[in-house]
Amino acid sequence: MSYEFLQTLWFILIAVLWIGFFFLEGFDFGVGMLLPFLGKKDEERRAIINTIGPVWDGNEVWLITAGGATFAAFPEWYATMFSGFYLALFLLVIGLILRGISFEYRSKDPNPIWRNRFDWMIVIGSFLPSILLGTAFANLVRGIPINADKIYTGNLFTLLNPFGLIGGVTMVSVFLLHGANFLTLKLDGDLRERARTLSKKLYIGAAIMVVLLAITTYIYTDISTKIGINPGIMPIASVVVLLVTIYFINNQMEGWAFVSTGVHIILTQVAFFTLMFPRVMVSSTNPAYSLTIYNASSSQYTLTVMSVIALIFVPIVLAYQGWTYYMFRKRITTDKHTLVY
Amino acid sequence: MDIVTLSRLQFALTTLYHWLFVPLTLGLGWFVAFMQTRYYQTKDETWRRQAKFWGKLFLINFAIGVVTGIVQEFQFGMNWSEYSRYVGDIFGAPLAIEALLAFFMESTFLGIWVFGEGKVPEKVHLASIWLVALGSNFSALWILLANGWMQHPVGYVINEANGRAELVNFFALIGNPKGWLFFWHTISDGLAMAAFMILAVSAYHLFRKQNVDFFKRSFNMAAVVGLVATALVFLGGHTMGQYMYENQPMKFASIEAHWETSQPASFSILTIGDLTGKREVWSIRVPTILSFLACNNFDCEVKGVYDLQAEAEKQYGPGDYIPLMVVTYWAFRTMMTFGFMMIGTAAFFVWANLRGDITQAKWMKWVPWLLVMPYLANASGWILTEMGRQPWIVYGLLKVQDGISPNLTTVDLLISLIGYTVVYGSLGVAMVKLMKKYAIAGPDGALHESVDVEHEGGFGEVLPIGAQD
Repeated sequence: MSYEFLQTLWFILIAVLWIGFFFLEGFDFGVGMLLPFLGKKDEERRAIINTIGPVWDGNEVWLITAGGATFAAFPEWYATMFSGFYLALFLLVIGLILRGISFEYRSKDPNPIWRNRFDWMIVIGSFLPSILLGTAFANLVRGIPINADKIYTGNLFTLLNPFGLIGGVTMVSVFLLHGANFLTLKLDGDLRERARTLSKKLYIGAAIMVVLLAITTYIYTDISTKIGINPGIMPIASVVVLLVTIYFINNQMEGWAFVSTGVHIILTQVAFFTLMFPRVMVSSTNPAYSLTIYNASSSQYTLTVMSVIALIFVPIVLAYQGWTYYMFRKRITTDKHTLVY
Repeated sequence: MDIVTLSRLQFALTTLYHWLFVPLTLGLGWFVAFMQTRYYQTKDETWRRQAKFWGKLFLINFAIGVVTGIVQEFQFGMNWSEYSRYVGDIFGAPLAIEALLAFFMESTFLGIWVFGEGKVPEKVHLASIWLVALGSNFSALWILLANGWMQHPVGYVINEANGRAELVNFFALIGNPKGWLFFWHTISDGLAMAAFMILAVSAYHLFRKQNVDFFKRSFNMAAVVGLVATALVFLGGHTMGQYMYENQPMKFASIEAHWETSQPASFSILTIGDLTGKREVWSIRVPTILSFLACNNFDCEVKGVYDLQAEAEKQYGPGDYIPLMVVTYWAFRTMMTFGFMMIGTAAFFVWANLRGDITQAKWMKWVPWLLVMPYLANASGWILTEMGRQPWIVYGLLKVQDGISPNLTTVDLLISLIGYTVVYGSLGVAMVKLMKKYAIAGPDGALHESVDVEHEGGFGEVLPIGAQD
């Protein structure tokens, strides 16, 4: 296999890991952010957490693996991005720590104060990664100051520009909708109806933000010079799919509503990685300083070894994770005897 | 403080904290899997209760190990970006493999184990706890192979064009004896840690004559496993020492405060150095023992710190190549002291158990305090491994100060360092509180995954465990 082919293959593999992460943790984060707003009684909150109980940890590993795979296949990308986004990533990690601990600990003590505290940590821990990753991804495609030595020369506030923030808020609003659709699909009884009502409201915010992001992408990125005024099928489809979600929500087609927010997330990410390719980090200092799959990658030997390993183990992982979702496909009720967390 | 010191401090803090919880995860998983297997085979209700009770403590500990592990995966890039560029071609591979092979496995099957009881077939439920135990130990293997490479780089070339280390032999990387010795030492240490946790908690209840049959069974099993595991830890450690003598002679000499090259070499029982840590003031020594530790005979030559410093200067240019000896020397002695005490106490428990009924023993009261031993031994073991590699981040190739992220400021690092300290501190409090509560509540309190609460009007009212259902 040629070097160029391997570099492209690993770009695609890492894109797949991110896409999988956003699809799966997208609803996890949404569920987490909605927890105290949808769940008013303790068993309601427990039911909400139990909808993602068996899977949230496995979903999060998609992010960890994306990080590890980036380190192995594109060390320069890993080094520049992780050190460049230092404080943003620090906050993200803190969010994930608080959230993970809270799922496991909140129902192990009956004290309502204890539980309330952990519930809010779940909200914060789900909100922080969503807004930070949205901001970070918007900045990746917009361009950030990177010098000739591949070192980031900005700071946290460099990332907090209008386009970055639009990216962040969009990700939060889409995840909220995705989470509400997931909850409508997974809960039962009164909670299910309340989740549906919530989903209708959240749709408005998500639709506005997605359209806004699509328009501002023309202003802030090089899409018009790189791809042209017609962005191609993926970005258009992504916006359309999100906009038609309301039809499924209103007609109580819960499965389709969830699928359509999921497909929207996937298509948006596909559009993002298509726009990036073959760059992995765009330099606003000088386009020539941008990190690409060619100047950021590992050696051909390492990429070959990693390809063999990925080819063997990725299908196995997909198989058992998919099987888990099948195992836990039933709806969750507030019946205390069936709740685990 | 400068960026290098702050970065090192933060790495030490996050890694040591993570390492407080990992050994128990590694070891206790096997115990729980064994207990559940016994229940599956015998349908003896006590085994089910055993798996539930120790499984509960396992989960409380597991959660904090997992979330602090996220920091571990990200901080190489965040704080050590130049290191990541230099070694990414090699070091990234085991990390990615660890995530793909081990993290997915342990997290997915943990979900099945916790949520699947009664929902998945019993065999699948049993298999899932074995896969959790296997997955976590598998993850240890890959991260230790990565660390083994930092201690003893193999299978690489330096690419002159881009000035970084590149992998040329993957099988050398995964066959690195340094990594496998670490793995041996670590997984047996995990079992020893878990054994002492079980001994401590069981003793607490045995002393109070609560659930005597239940905890007698746990205690006896843990005593036997603890003895075998600590012996394996010792054998692994001894082999590691000899391998270190060959590959990292400076680390070997520094942990022994061995100043001058000598043949045969004497072993320091107690050495007091001066304030610079580079001169001996006073010591008590046993002749020839250090030669034995280094090469299994009483007569070989062991190079001293001064000669090794001179050699390093000749090879790598001027600089200080001696690790901070006051740390390596005392960390080693702390580890050894508690390690030997663990072997001794485990042997005593096995012997006492053969001799008669231990449930009446007066010393049972003090056994819970022994739990500090594995924690101190674990922490000091990693301190000496990492501090003994100084000033190198990759032994002989890259120095620590050349590995940091150059774009970070003191403010960045102070924010993250304080942030981690506060968050880790509070999580530690919550974790200890839950561990204590469930350990003391005993098997009946652990039968349900969660406890119920009446939310309405219940604020401020704390229900005792077991008051539900």
